[in-house]
Amino acid sequence: MREHGILRVVARFLIPLIMLFGLYIQFHGDYSPGGGFQAGVVFAAAWILFVLIYGLEDALKVIPERAMFVLMLLGVLIYAAVGIAGVLLGGHFLDFYPLLPGKHAAQQFGIITVELGVGLTVATVMMLVFTQFARRRELLALAEDEAD
Amino acid sequence: MDRRRSAAIEVLIDIALLFLLVVVAVAVVRMRDLFASVMLFAIYSLLSAGLFAVLDAGDVALTEAAVGAGISTLLVLAVLTVARRDETIVPGNNWPALIVVVVTGAALIWATLDLPEFGAPDNPVHTHVAPYYIEQAYPDMGVPNMVAAVLASYRSIDTIGEAFVILTAGLAVWALLSVRPQRRRKLPPEGKDAR
Repeated sequence: MREHGILRVVARFLIPLIMLFGLYIQFHGDYSPGGGFQAGVVFAAAWILFVLIYGLEDALKVIPERAMFVLMLLGVLIYAAVGIAGVLLGGHFLDFYPLLPGKHAAQQFGIITVELGVGLTVATVMMLVFTQFARRRELLALAEDEAD
Repeated sequence: MDRRRSAAIEVLIDIALLFLLVVVAVAVVRMRDLFASVMLFAIYSLLSAGLFAVLDAGDVALTEAAVGAGISTLLVLAVLTVARRDETIVPGNNWPALIVVVVTGAALIWATLDLPEFGAPDNPVHTHVAPYYIEQAYPDMGVPNMVAAVLASYRSIDTIGEAFVILTAGLAVWALLSVRPQRRRKLPPEGKDAR
């Protein structure tokens, strides 16, 4: 849809705002509705809008498929690492209190970090699923050409 | 505005949203064009998000709007690009299915008669762990959004499970779709131009 001037301009204006909103939901989730899951989804939606307007190849130059794999694993690893850090510092698994000296500071640090992990995983999984479906169409067209 | 008037307006908004939900649901069932169905489902999600917002469930409303109306619509549209656009029409009526649906629906409506009164303070949901969370979430965590405190800290192990479910789902989609298609089942002609 690159040739549609209006769509391109509107998308160029909207995509950064959607991404900013995603980050707001991510990091303001402790104060207002939000959290990693919603933020990841909103962030992925911005990326998918970019794919729809500028095409998959340009979008994969920004975040290649390999990076999606690394980031989605990194997300759950961050989450698990926070849990194991609690164990190593003398608490239970996913107990945030031992992480930092202050009680509230420790909980807030734990919550923000695990939400960041969830956000990373959700965003990159959504991107990967969309990429796979977009790819599939090309692969099916190729297979059809070969069959003819 | 006094309390009674705002409560009356809330009831009106509820009735309007529920009415629209029923209209959209009927339209989804009657629609044969899957592209239009996907759009109607997105509208359905958005209306439910409105209902959750009226109920002051901000987190649920945000999730419904972002996930139900947003990303799942996009993903289903992505699926539609590799599938047919029109629903296959099955001739005749499926009476057993109608009977199952009517009986299940009637049973569910009958079950609502047993539900405790909406919003009553001695409902089981208000007497179990909820009071603890409401009283202790802020002193324990220092996080104003109780939902975030419950999800990320009190029930952190549930949430790590969810994160792994999403990861597994992503890997499963990748495993299924990254295999190169060998041969394609021939589609009937109308499915082919609809792509």
